[in-house]
Amino acid sequence: MESFDPAELPELLKLYYRRLFPYSQYYRWLNYGGVVKNYFQNREFSFTLKDDIYIRYQSFNNQSDLEKEIQKMNPYKIDIGAVYSHRPSQHNAVKLGAFQAQEKELVFDIDMTDYDDVRRCCGSADICSKCWTLMTMAIRIIDRALKEDFGFKHRLWVFSGRRGVHCWVCDESVRKLSSTVRSGIVEYLSLVKGGQDVKKKVHLSEKIHPFVRRSINIIKKYFEEYALVDQDILENKESWDKILALLPENILFCRISVPIDLQKVDQFDPFTVPTISSICHELDVISTNENEIAENEAESDIKHRTKDYKKTSLAPYVKVFERFLENLDKSRKGELLKKSVEIGYNPGGMAIDSPYCFQKLRLLTTMFSLTWWPTLML
Amino acid sequence: MQFSGANRRKLRLAGDQKNACYPHSLQFYLEPPSENISLIEFENLAIDRLKLLKTVENLGVRYVKGTEQYQSKLESEIRKLKFSFRENLEDEYEPRRKDHISHFILRLAYCQSEDLRRWFIQQEMDLLRFRFTILPKDKIQNFLKDSHLQFEAISDEEKNHREQEIIASSVSLSGAQLELESVYKIPFADALDLFRGRRVYLEDGFAYVPLKDIVAIILNEFRAKLSKALALTARSLPAVQSDERLQPLLSHLSHSYTGQDYSTQGNTGKISLDQIDSLSTTSFPPCMRQLHKALRENHHLRHGGRMQYGLFLKGIGLTLEQALQFWKREFVRGKMDPDKFDRGYSYNIRHSFGKEGKRTDYTPYSCMKIILTNPPGQGDYHGCPFRHSDPELLKQKLHSYKISPQRTSQILDLVKGTHYQVACQKYFEMIHNVDDCGFSLNHPNQFFDESQRILNGGKDIKKESVLPETQAKPGVQKTKDTSCALSSLNSSLEADMEGLEDYFSQ
Repeated sequence: MESFDPAELPELLKLYYRRLFPYSQYYRWLNYGGVVKNYFQNREFSFTLKDDIYIRYQSFNNQSDLEKEIQKMNPYKIDIGAVYSHRPSQHNAVKLGAFQAQEKELVFDIDMTDYDDVRRCCGSADICSKCWTLMTMAIRIIDRALKEDFGFKHRLWVFSGRRGVHCWVCDESVRKLSSTVRSGIVEYLSLVKGGQDVKKKVHLSEKIHPFVRRSINIIKKYFEEYALVDQDILENKESWDKILALLPENILFCRISVPIDLQKVDQFDPFTVPTISSICHELDVISTNENEIAENEAESDIKHRTKDYKKTSLAPYVKVFERFLENLDKSRKGELLKKSVEIGYNPGGMAIDSPYCFQKLRLLTTMFSLTWWPTLML
Repeated sequence: MQFSGANRRKLRLAGDQKNACYPHSLQFYLEPPSENISLIEFENLAIDRLKLLKTVENLGVRYVKGTEQYQSKLESEIRKLKFSFRENLEDEYEPRRKDHISHFILRLAYCQSEDLRRWFIQQEMDLLRFRFTILPKDKIQNFLKDSHLQFEAISDEEKNHREQEIIASSVSLSGAQLELESVYKIPFADALDLFRGRRVYLEDGFAYVPLKDIVAIILNEFRAKLSKALALTARSLPAVQSDERLQPLLSHLSHSYTGQDYSTQGNTGKISLDQIDSLSTTSFPPCMRQLHKALRENHHLRHGGRMQYGLFLKGIGLTLEQALQFWKREFVRGKMDPDKFDRGYSYNIRHSFGKEGKRTDYTPYSCMKIILTNPPGQGDYHGCPFRHSDPELLKQKLHSYKISPQRTSQILDLVKGTHYQVACQKYFEMIHNVDDCGFSLNHPNQFFDESQRILNGGKDIKKESVLPETQAKPGVQKTKDTSCALSSLNSSLEADMEGLEDYFSQ
């Protein structure tokens, strides 16, 4: 692990955005094949800058615009908003009421702190590989449902860089879904209901719905490992604490948000995801070796820049992202062909009223309470 | 639709033709009527349907929908008002025609605002649900076909392949029943009410719906179509409203019969911030009392709580400046950085007062909205305590509010029967020491206003010894109010009508 000083962050980010950030893949994603006019141009981005400055309604004409602005602003965090009826950067020029959010991916946000009331290994600020198993189970359960029950094909799972994961569902029909249908999907996936005043938050009826049954089957696979790992971690917990105490807290907060390979979700280890400082260090090593340190941006630099990430530990993550993009492309081509042959089906939906359609999800956490488990061994 | 003055011209149809117009006892109101009717009939039809929808609303609050009591009371009201609801031996033409025309008239009155539309759609859906559930099985298929709903029944082979899953997904379906019933394959988004509650089997984006559950889908379809239609109607409303004969009637209809929305600024500035703590125990409904307490204790509230409580405070008269001060003071006590508050939270407060963004002046939530939408999750304090709290914890809370055990169990009984608002009325009666609160509760700000009215003098309301005739139950009280409003409506319209008669007789 690298030693890390928060004051270094702006410099590290500058390097990251010049040499590593995958602009072309990012643009390829959000452009969605350029099929719909101005889809990329009407997309809202927001930046969180140094000192917690937050700016909304950023929008860009093309990849190069996006690149220039990010390099100029050096954001600590980039959020992707909805696609609006007009260019977000010009929203003030639009007649009152006419500027509306129109489409957005369906995004799930699972945070480790949602499991605080059932995990005993860590407090709310920490994660360890035992509680990460809870996350792995959640990913499997939700992904199976989104794929098999709802028929969603393009699901991008991303490690948020801190303590959680996001799932971006990008199917064309999904981006058009109304907010009521979105809430319905979240409700379908929810088992834990109730605020502070409800003790028993999970109620299962006599009949077990296939969603619940299949989710239980997934948990069964992990449960043994989860119980065993319990012992291991607790034994070594003291030594872990010692190591963690040495590191400044900030180190946990500066990992890069990377896609997760679903085929290998069981092996995903958030502790091995590169941090901003480690990745920049890798670049330095490469540059020293290849003698490419330059003050100004020369033309040849651009060519090298686009391939720099391939030499770093970011490469496998970008590959996952590219596979996702290829599937989107394939699907698009298939749809265009189909539409030219028959009348296509479009479930459609009404316009979305809130631009940031994140749905928080707590999932099946009380499954881990041992007193409840025996009743499920049907 | 065209209107004539004093002349009444009813289309005279032959017997067969009449029945062909309305082949079923219920309908989706897809086509507007195309007759001439008199203004008098126009007005009467509208008022009758409004009475019916108001009854639907009241019964829906007092009884559980679908129970024997609910259905028989609703049936008698429909019969009394001579609307259609089931197939009889008598001539069905008149009741069905009445049903058809009156629905479209009310669309004109109820398309004008979001709240009005929501109310209208809700009651029309409940009415349709009732009519559909009493439809005989053999009539269902024909009705579906005539209503152009694209429901595709799956083959027996496909049904058998998924037999276990379909049975496991549908609450009251057994294997034997599934043998006999059709199963329909519908895109999942069209089966919203079913899949969100996990009451249907989903596979690859489709819901497999047994016939008995089709009603939920139909209602969903109906709601979507009606919502769209109301939006369209609103756009052509200026043309209708410019007709002087219709304008007074339409505006009377929507103002007389729905509740206040508490968005007017008539009472701003009358409350000071240091009164809030005591007001929360004397005049706040339990939902807001609980939010206030949580805010004071935790110096924080999550978004759902901030919206529900913040808008309520606006409704009781807090100004924007007071609201900003109130929230900031509390959040800063919770060690929030004042600048962070200014950056993150004050924007939202100004937004809810209509000073930012699209500048909608958001209205405080009604009981229905709080009960039916956005249930609280872990760490939330919003919602309706009667709806969302565990009975045990609710009991403890009422105890801490000094409600006696006997009265507490009365409240808990009402909660068990899902009569959440009536339970809240009981709480009101107990803390104000009256036998009858004298109103039908449907809004937290209404609770506050009524409470203030009692505590600050004004009239002596509803004490047993003083005014015996007002001992009536809230429901009956409401009817009285309704008929008073009706007679004033009628008299003003009569005056209009007289003028018209004169005009046409010249």
